[in-house]
Amino acid sequence: MKYQVQENCLTIYLPREVDHHNAEEIKREADAVIDRNHIKYVIFDFDRTDFMDSSGIGVIMGRYKTVSLIGGEVWAVHTNARIKKILTLSGVTKIMQIYEEERR
Amino acid sequence: MKNTNEMEIRFDSRSENEGFARVAVASFMTQLNPTVEEVADVKTAVSEAVTNAIIHGYENEVHKVSIRCRIAENVLTVEVSDNGKGIEDVQQAMQPMFTTLPEQDRSGMGFAFMEAFMDSVEVESEPGKGTRVKMKKTVGKGREIWTTQSL
Repeated sequence: MKYQVQENCLTIYLPREVDHHNAEEIKREADAVIDRNHIKYVIFDFDRTDFMDSSGIGVIMGRYKTVSLIGGEVWAVHTNARIKKILTLSGVTKIMQIYEEERR
Repeated sequence: MKNTNEMEIRFDSRSENEGFARVAVASFMTQLNPTVEEVADVKTAVSEAVTNAIIHGYENEVHKVSIRCRIAENVLTVEVSDNGKGIEDVQQAMQPMFTTLPEQDRSGMGFAFMEAFMDSVEVESEPGKGTRVKMKKTVGKGREIWTTQSL
C-alpha cells in the first residue's frame, strides 16, 4: 500500500483495482499506520483507480468506524465517474465527503 | 441457433483469481460490442459473485468456482457457482447492508451491486450443497444503430 502521513492525516493511494484480494492488505496496513500515528483524517486517493467493488466500500466503512470514534473524518479525492457511481450507490457518501477539484 | 456463444471457466477459490474472473467475462462479452459502462457493470457484478463464493461459500478454503457465460442475441447470461456451504436464507442475504461478517469489514452490498448493475439476478442455494447466482444483462440496448447510405 502506498501512503503518506502528514501530522494526523493519512492519505492512502489506492491501487488500480480495489477488490477483496487487495482490500485485505490495505485494511491491515492502514490500521497499523492509523494506530501508530494517531490518525484522525483518512483520505482515499482514487487517482490510479478504475475498478472498485463492495470490498472497497467495506475498507472505507471500517476506517470510518475507527477514526469517527475520535471525531475524525474520511475523504475521497480524484474520483472518476465510475468510482463516484459506486460510492453514491453504496450510500457511503453519507459518511464520506468527495473532494471535487478541477482536473488538470 | 444463430448468434449464440458459450464459455465456461473453473478456477481455484483464491482471491488472486477474482481479477482473472472478471477480466475473462469482460473479454468474452466484447463480441457484443458493449459500452465501457456496460463492461464496468458486468465486471463489478462478477467480482461480487466470485468474492461471495470465496469468502462465504468456501469460507476461504480452496475449492473450485465455476463461471458459465452465454450470449444469445444481445443478452449476456453469467452463472457463478460454488459447491460450498450454501445460504440458509437467500432473501435475507440479498438485503442491502446484511452481512454475516461485519467484523471483517464486509459492507453487505454485494447482492445490491449485482442487482444494480445487471438486469436480473437469481440465486439458487442449498445449505451444504452450494450456491448458483445467475445474472442477465442486455448489452448495447441504448446504442443507436448507424448505417451508411450510398449516395
